Amino acid sequence: MKLIQGILQGKVRPLAKAISLVEDNLIDKEELIDQLYPHTGKAAIWGVTGPPGAGKSTLVDKLIDRERSQDHRVAVIAIDPSSPFTGGALLGDRLRMQRHSLDPQVFIRSMASRGHLGGVSWGCSDAIKILDAAGFNTIIIETIGVGQTEIEVVELADLVMLVLAPGMGDEIQAMKAGVMEIGDLFVINKKDLPGSEKLKAEIEYVLNLSSDNPEQLPPVILASAQKSEGIDELWKKLSTKYQQLVKSGYLSARRKERIKKELSRIILYKVHHLLDKKIALQDNIDNWAEQVYLKKDMPYTMVNKQINRFKKEMRLDDSKN
Amino acid sequence: MSSKNVRILIAKPGLDGHDRGAKYIARALKDNGYEVIYTGLRQTPESIVQTAIQEDVDFVGLSLLSGAHNELFPKVVELLKQNQAEDIIVFGGGVIPEEDIPALNQQGIKAIFTPGTPIKDVVSFIEKNRKT
Ligand SMILES: Nc1nc2c(ncn2[C@@H]2O[C@H](COP(=O)(O)OP(=O)(O)OP(=O)(O)O)[C@@H](O)[C@H]2O)c(=O)[nH]1
Ligand SMILES: [Mg+2]
Repeated sequence: MKLIQGILQGKVRPLAKAISLVEDNLIDKEELIDQLYPHTGKAAIWGVTGPPGAGKSTLVDKLIDRERSQDHRVAVIAIDPSSPFTGGALLGDRLRMQRHSLDPQVFIRSMASRGHLGGVSWGCSDAIKILDAAGFNTIIIETIGVGQTEIEVVELADLVMLVLAPGMGDEIQAMKAGVMEIGDLFVINKKDLPGSEKLKAEIEYVLNLSSDNPEQLPPVILASAQKSEGIDELWKKLSTKYQQLVKSGYLSARRKERIKKELSRIILYKVHHLLDKKIALQDNIDNWAEQVYLKKDMPYTMVNKQINRFKKEMRLDDSKN
Repeated sequence: MSSKNVRILIAKPGLDGHDRGAKYIARALKDNGYEVIYTGLRQTPESIVQTAIQEDVDFVGLSLLSGAHNELFPKVVELLKQNQAEDIIVFGGGVIPEEDIPALNQQGIKAIFTPGTPIKDVVSFIEKNRKT
């Protein structure tokens, strides 16, 4: 595949095209990803998540500076929600990072969630692999503004930053319930606004309560992305935390866990499709329901009959090959 | 689950500080089911083109009030070509005199929408020119 060569040579156009291929879920993506896969595993993958408007994009913009000062190549995937009604999306994260657009060592890609729940998009995990193979040192994933259930970035990133800001009242209360558990690092952004110290204390308190290991509490850092304050400290903590992950062996454990989840997800997806095709559920369900309604067939008898039909068709397929 | 979504970059080159028009069109295109990337005020042709390539958009819509369209619009087309990205379709909008339009078309700006153009005209332009 021509794209692959271009990607490995670090060319932008093939890279961008390849990401579209996985976003659009075209069948060519399978060969693409499998051929790139041996070249992956070198990049550090950071997830940035938190409620809408907390300052995630502004923070990412500043972190790009720090990474560039180390001569690291940086890629960003920034996800915004698609409208469930029209499928359209207004992708605005990039606006805050646009001053990096002429730096050839920075690649920024906006993605719409396209109906995927969980704060990321279907294509995201494959897009990460493409960027990794293309040789970026750091890949930053900005999720959509999250609520409690949208925490899938944990399954994609090596390390997750949860960004909070004062004045978000109820949102933070909800966060404390579940999302708190996902942060390796907490950023209280907008420290220029009143209430940030108090929020920091609250977060530390909650973390303390819910931790079995008080010595290993995740860092909570006050910052102002807009005023470029606290960014150095945050960035240093990030690096330290990452080194810890590598040394402790926790990083490879996390990555194995990620592969496990991903394989399961793809297998289930494919089996589901196969089943759909062979059983033709959509075409037949009205008829089956009618039979069961009229008591001409019993529910479980009906279901098992269809499953057996599926198995038989699979065996027929097998013997054909 | 496979689907080709149309992606559109709405960009504002030039020095004027008004982006109401650009924001309006960005939102309207979103409401018509497209994925729209908006990058804010005062973008150079160079940054518009790099953004279009990284984002792998199908269309670039340029919005301009400042009167520099005769230089800036063709510049974007030219830079796309230099980057082997001439398949990205460029259209323009804003306060643009009728008499400038033929020359802009000739230089590769596929359509010009002047103020008051109904959004459905823009949508039908996109539907006619999209790849799939
Ligand atoms: N006062 C203050 N405002 C900030 C700070 N950082 C970001 N903002 C502002 O907060 C608003 C939201 O910032 P973004 O960076 O877009 O926030 P986000 O979390 O990426 O937002 P979504 O992607 O829409 O969820 C913008 O108006 C920023 O200028 C900060 O440190 N202090
Ligand atoms: Mg954002």
